[in-house]
Amino acid sequence: MKRVVITGAGTINALGHSVADTMTAMTEGRCGIGPLAFRDVERLSIQIGGQVRGFEAEGRYNRQQMSLYDRFTQFTLAAAAEAIAQSGITFSGELAAKSGVVLGTAGGGVSTWDDNYRSVYEDGKNRVHPFVVPKLMNNAAASHVSMEYNLKGPSFTVSTACASSNHAMAQAFQMVRTGMAPAMVTGGSESMLCFGGVKAWEGLRVMSKDACRPFSANRNGMVQGEGAGIFVFEEYEHARARGADILCEVAGFAMSSDATDIVMPSKNGAARAIAGALNDARLNPEDIGYINAHGTGTAANDKTECAAVADVFGPHADKLMISSTKSMHGHLIGGTGAVELLACIMALRDGVIAPTIGYEEADPECALDVVPNEARNAKVDVVLSNAFAFGGMNAVLALRKV
Amino acid sequence: MSVTDKIIEIIAEQAVLETSDVTMESTLEDLGIDSLGLVESIFAIEEEFDIAVPFNANEPTNSDFDISSVSKIIEGVERLLKEQAG
Repeated sequence: MKRVVITGAGTINALGHSVADTMTAMTEGRCGIGPLAFRDVERLSIQIGGQVRGFEAEGRYNRQQMSLYDRFTQFTLAAAAEAIAQSGITFSGELAAKSGVVLGTAGGGVSTWDDNYRSVYEDGKNRVHPFVVPKLMNNAAASHVSMEYNLKGPSFTVSTACASSNHAMAQAFQMVRTGMAPAMVTGGSESMLCFGGVKAWEGLRVMSKDACRPFSANRNGMVQGEGAGIFVFEEYEHARARGADILCEVAGFAMSSDATDIVMPSKNGAARAIAGALNDARLNPEDIGYINAHGTGTAANDKTECAAVADVFGPHADKLMISSTKSMHGHLIGGTGAVELLACIMALRDGVIAPTIGYEEADPECALDVVPNEARNAKVDVVLSNAFAFGGMNAVLALRKV
Repeated sequence: MSVTDKIIEIIAEQAVLETSDVTMESTLEDLGIDSLGLVESIFAIEEEFDIAVPFNANEPTNSDFDISSVSKIIEGVERLLKEQAG
């Protein structure tokens, strides 16, 4: 078994267009959620979200690229450029032949579906652009990363709703750990903030109209976000040999399925994933200093997640810190675990624990140290990142300081 | 068909019961309607009466719409029909 480290990170999300900006915002406890701006937003009952602002795709990508890049692909490529530049890795020869891209997304090119359905149904057009299919397909972003960086090994897209990124990164980790690939580009992306995307979520009646307040007794639902988080996972000796800056180590992971309900989470399924990740990374519960929670701000998730953490950690649950950065960047659905991994890296590298903002009222069913409202300086050596998806599919990653 | 009859029909359909099995005192729980069934029932009511029901699945007991029994749901819909008329 090989050791796996992260040598590059990139992002774009409502808090910033780079890792540095995002971490600064998380440290300041800044909220990236605000009024949504897109066509027909006035017909929505939910009008807030963590929208990426000031991202001009025109100018960044040429005309032909624009006809092929949905917004979720644009975000992916922007984040991948940052991650791969930081890593300093160049994919050529044997390295290129064996390295690939595994990304998560729940919806893929949602706004491309939306725009083109509108065009044929509402505007009555009978012809669509020839690249609609290659633009909207869920693997489009992974494909463009592979083409852009000459990644010729195993590449594919994982789609497990809100756990997509964590499942994708777990898969990439496993490929490097087993020696199948020397390096993998991984993470996830989502862009559902268009009329049809938000309208679909609205139907479920779990969205908040005013704010995402995870673990707070007065929480009233989730808020959607958008963006991407991309990382370079690399075999430890390979990274050391080329003198790469190592951000942290990926120590283990576990996946589990609730096998119970299509939307209601299960404490047992979540607990099995958390305990499984500790076991895989050969850690004791006491080793964990921080958990980046799934923490959606819904009634169901937050109390179930806290109960699962209490079950797995016992008395240590009261000593560790657990926060949800969704309160700041919103829920990026299939991209969420990837952006949240940045909070884990910040905790390990910089000793700064990102807060749960919007926290107003203690909830006895979420009686853990949720790092309310203000970031905290703390030395932690091992952290977890939780993701629990609709469909009852869970993936938890364990990361360690190097 | 009256508002009451229509609502009972919607609830019976969700519960996979005969309309005669749905009484005014029944709670959705009594009828075996879970959280997904509840959200679907609200949707069906909105579609049938062309109204917007203020309901958040995160705080079903804390919404402006009382779902504690069939009769409360009917009262709520009648109120919304008046408020949202025209």
